[in-house]
Amino acid sequence: MKKVKEIFRMGLWEDNPVFGQILGICSALAVTNLMLNSLIMGLGLIFVTALSSFTISLIRSFTPKHIRMMVQVLIISAYVIIVDIFLKAYYPDMSKALGPYVGLIITNCIIMGRAEAFAQKNTPFISLIDGVASGLGYTMVLLMISFVRELLGFGTLFGYTIFSENFTPWTIMVMPPAAFFLLAMIIWGANIFLNKKEKRKEVSKA
Amino acid sequence: MIELNPFVIFIAAIFTNNMILSNFLGMCSFIAVSKEIPTALGLGQAVTVVLGFTSIINYFIYQKILEPLGLEYLRFIVFIVSIAAFVQLLEMVLEKYLPNLYYSLGIFLPLITVNCAILGVSLFMIIRNYNFMQTVGFSIGSGLGWTLAITALAGIRQKIKNAPVPEGLKGPGITLIITGIMALAFVGFSGIVQIQ
Repeated sequence: MKKVKEIFRMGLWEDNPVFGQILGICSALAVTNLMLNSLIMGLGLIFVTALSSFTISLIRSFTPKHIRMMVQVLIISAYVIIVDIFLKAYYPDMSKALGPYVGLIITNCIIMGRAEAFAQKNTPFISLIDGVASGLGYTMVLLMISFVRELLGFGTLFGYTIFSENFTPWTIMVMPPAAFFLLAMIIWGANIFLNKKEKRKEVSKA
Repeated sequence: MIELNPFVIFIAAIFTNNMILSNFLGMCSFIAVSKEIPTALGLGQAVTVVLGFTSIINYFIYQKILEPLGLEYLRFIVFIVSIAAFVQLLEMVLEKYLPNLYYSLGIFLPLITVNCAILGVSLFMIIRNYNFMQTVGFSIGSGLGWTLAITALAGIRQKIKNAPVPEGLKGPGITLIITGIMALAFVGFSGIVQIQ
């Protein structure tokens, strides 16, 4: 139980895939102009990361070492196809809005990263938890960025109007540059916070 | 849908719909391999070559095999396998016949398999229903646009190497801000042509 907590703390905060390891930002930025899109993308990624980590860990002792990358990619693509078909069947509008970015979950470095760094060495259950934690960390950052972008860009949150009609939308928030700036700000903030914590640890050790 | 001239798509893919700056594709290697101009240029060339070939291969696979058989939903797996296979093949051919080029591009080739831009271009061309010539224009334009962006970024990063950047922003943080400013500059091109 303690290990599970530890994994969640690492995945969500200290080793957060986006600002801790700078992984998977390709898709982190593209879908963040609306909160709903980010949420769906995040859920899809949690599903794929968790289950592919689980599967990879399950067959890790049978996979020949030199073709393991190929095997991993195939497992990941199989789960991404499930997500794609599911979205097409039940949420066709969402599937259109996300466009190619659902397919691009395959090349999202987070999944491969977790598979290589964690699922190769750990038991299936723990790998599943680790996948969920990393996915949640990613979703959290997506939601943070899209919160600002949707609020200032459209004056809405999850499609509900927040600001009155007098509000002038910030056009720049809808455009790509804003995503870069916001992600940089988040990384900056997180770095300051994590550095302080490390310094405090060093001081208490000394 | 209006038939777009392949050349218009080519220009648009370089400037207004730049892979990195407006579609956020290929960010991972964009941040990691943009410290120096020569390496950035090398990676850019490799990406352009691979993009040009794989999107044409994927175009034929999709039009001639997957669509007639009704297997469109398998496209992710098929595309990623064909990209990986092509990169592997290119690596072997280069090693055998053009060893010089192999040594300058070699280290980048494995990186390219997982570059989101390659798969992204193949998926975009399907979603936007491009015909063959449009696909060629789009893929080569995207590759050149990617090269342009990464080389420009590497140039800026070399300039600011000794600049006093705040502690927490060092590395990826400041790179993202530079990219943001570049994206802002590229928004200025948006009047030329627009594809969506």
